[in-house]
Amino acid sequence: MFIGVDVGGTNTDAVLMDGHELRGAVKAPTTEDVTAGIVNAVTELLKQHSSRRQIQAVMVGTTHFTNALLEKRGLSPTAVIRLSMPATQLLPPLVDCPDEFREAIGDHIYMVRGGNEFDGREISPLDSEGIRDAVKDIRRRGARAIAVCGVFSPVDPTHELEAARLIRKVAPDMRVCLSHENGRMGLLERENAAVLNACLGGTAEATIRGIESALELLGIRAPLYVSQNDGTLMDTSFASQFPALTVSSGPTNSMRGAAYLSGVTDGIVVDIGGTSTDVGALVKGFPRESSVAVHLAGVRTSFRMPDTVSIALGGGTVIEREPLRIGPESVGYRLSTDAMAFGGHTLTATDLAVADGRVALGNQRLVEGLEPELVRRGIAEIQAQVEGAVDRVKLSQEDVPVVLVGGGSVMLRDSLTGASRVIRPEHAGVANAIGAAIAQVGGQVERVYALDSGSREAAIADCTAAAIDRAEAAGADRASIEVVDVEEVPLTYVPSNATRVRVKTVGNIASGRLR
Amino acid sequence: MWQVTENDLASIAIGAGILGTGGGGNPYIGQLRARQAIRKYGPVSVLSPEELPEDAKVVCVGGIGAPTVGIEKIRDIQSYHAMRAIEDYTGERATALISNEIGGSNSVEPLIPAAMSRLPVVDADGMGRAFPEFQMKTFFVYGVPCCPMAIADEKGNSVIIRETITPHWAERLARAATIQMGCVACYAVAPMSAEQVRRTAIPHTLTLARDLGRAVQQAHGEGADPLEAILATCPGKALFNGKVVDLDRRTTAGFARGTVSIDGMDSFAGQRMVIDFQNENLIARREGEIICTVPDLICAVASDTGEPITTELMRYGLRITILGFPAPELWRTPEGLATAGPRAFGYETDYIPLKV
Repeated sequence: MFIGVDVGGTNTDAVLMDGHELRGAVKAPTTEDVTAGIVNAVTELLKQHSSRRQIQAVMVGTTHFTNALLEKRGLSPTAVIRLSMPATQLLPPLVDCPDEFREAIGDHIYMVRGGNEFDGREISPLDSEGIRDAVKDIRRRGARAIAVCGVFSPVDPTHELEAARLIRKVAPDMRVCLSHENGRMGLLERENAAVLNACLGGTAEATIRGIESALELLGIRAPLYVSQNDGTLMDTSFASQFPALTVSSGPTNSMRGAAYLSGVTDGIVVDIGGTSTDVGALVKGFPRESSVAVHLAGVRTSFRMPDTVSIALGGGTVIEREPLRIGPESVGYRLSTDAMAFGGHTLTATDLAVADGRVALGNQRLVEGLEPELVRRGIAEIQAQVEGAVDRVKLSQEDVPVVLVGGGSVMLRDSLTGASRVIRPEHAGVANAIGAAIAQVGGQVERVYALDSGSREAAIADCTAAAIDRAEAAGADRASIEVVDVEEVPLTYVPSNATRVRVKTVGNIASGRLR
Repeated sequence: MWQVTENDLASIAIGAGILGTGGGGNPYIGQLRARQAIRKYGPVSVLSPEELPEDAKVVCVGGIGAPTVGIEKIRDIQSYHAMRAIEDYTGERATALISNEIGGSNSVEPLIPAAMSRLPVVDADGMGRAFPEFQMKTFFVYGVPCCPMAIADEKGNSVIIRETITPHWAERLARAATIQMGCVACYAVAPMSAEQVRRTAIPHTLTLARDLGRAVQQAHGEGADPLEAILATCPGKALFNGKVVDLDRRTTAGFARGTVSIDGMDSFAGQRMVIDFQNENLIARREGEIICTVPDLICAVASDTGEPITTELMRYGLRITILGFPAPELWRTPEGLATAGPRAFGYETDYIPLKV
């Protein structure tokens, strides 16, 4: 049996899954340190099911590391070494990062000779002496982590790997993050991604260790896995190395859970909460990823992220009457005191649904006085907003299945424009924790190949081998690893037919680790 | 005369994006580079062509290479090196710089060597929009020689192309050198005279880019209609507005070619527009009928914000408005159309001048 936990902004949800069967589900308030909320939820779950020995693994989805970033809390002093000289000098590392972020990590910046051209040639031979000097300086200045980024390292990571070797020789205790392991093209964005992993590593390690020992105190001796934002898992040592891969794992887990509960593998998931609605697309059972740069705490990166649209619409959304306006304000967690159906004085989206007889919540008599015309128009507007968001997520005009999850989904009709059918799965309230529990261990690798120097098949084979290694490194059983997605995009304007290849693999948790 | 400060760069990026007609590349890195140069060396003066002294030596600089490489091996100060190389070769010192292309990221390239050598830039360019190839500039259409020209990389290499039999040959040779240089080079053309600039450049385009961007920004700030603000700044008209319903995009021979189909909304409800693009938007058809062609500007902007939508960012479901702007007069002549009319891009159709 597996325990899946999703640490949300408000609630920490936990489920117990026995194969395909949901054995138990609880919600507990999220706590600031994350761990206490997890302990409370799991304790409650175990009260219902005392079989802690049967628990084989615990999967946790948390956005704790993103919050650390937003609050500039617990970030390690981190240096950046770019391998590029004499290229790219005009835009040094961290050039467009917010000042508070630069100050929080110490603004230790180095550029040395090295890096590659688009076709794999060296820009300059790697400056080993320059790297040694930089590391000595970095140690003297007290930084604890180093992000290394070479120009075109997705084409050839040799310089980054050699730099890492040199750093470990001089400073064996230094945390080192290499940009090619985050793969995407775009120097500044990839460099920033490496910096985020480097500066969050310390806090991630401590948090994960905290959760592990708390679980042990509960008598659970099963291994811990952490949700990645592509709908797969990673083990704890991998998660400490790549903590930023957890960003947006909440919406991802919710979508994966919705796919699992509904049986829909290609379609759209609408998750309506108390204050907002997330809409995202499922492709082969996984969330479609965004292809544009994203900002995390003002830092521009090219992390893979689920491609979702969020709108300010939820069960607690405030409705204004004359003229009719839906939100964007929400009463949020005060719904059960402030909404009219609960005896409050604020008209909310939930009240419209209650008045319309769509859901039995609070006291229906308290909303009987609402004019039917207001209720009708309000519900129609809510419906139209969701339909608009669904349309923005779609890639073509074709109607697709739409899965509704989240407490606020009761407001919607059973037919939506753009939907071939609307599915409301059972247990949708804990879809996110289920998404964490059912996940496999994943590996994803993105590289660039100059096809002049080899065949397309060889490039895909190389990238696939790397993605299989990566899934194994993240804790998968090698024999069970399968390829779930191969993407190939030629780079425009580039001679030598350079092509970006991305391979995603998943596998079962390595059996030696399971309890 | 005015001065480009750090604050103007965001406005110029929006305006240059609109004038980029779907192409012109990602403006993010160009804008950052110009910002760094201005932070380090100070603001840059902008002279209108009429303000140029008679003995001016105006050097045109631009980036050459692949945008997909430029996001990785970020361009450095190659345009400064290229300017110095052409100065050394010709024995003439530049007294001002000029942009080759106001549309997209090339719009700000001259600001970098200008800031570094404390020279002004001319408020003009060689396209008044974006085009994919080096030879598609009004300078060369009206007899300014494109050679000698210099090409420089970031390592200290530079090449002089002394003479070519056509501007197209200059492009071919420059591109060959650029590939060896790692696909992120800059070029500088031998200085133009004040007379040549006044006769062959598209005037006041840096000011136009800045003003278009400001109009969009101000409309945001005041909650006004950004599309009206754009059209009040630059005479043109809304050709269509609606939702993107289909996108057919493929990359051939280094160009992003394809079509985007839009279903009409509001006053265009029930109608469809199809736009052909090759990096830039070239032909707009409404209900099958051609209503705007290159070299007139066919610009896609987000209907709610007025922000430019490049071909790369186009996707299903976007609400966009297609704005048409008449091409500058220098493109509407027989010589101009021979280089940049619909037939130059392989369309069997004549140029139909947009009326506003």
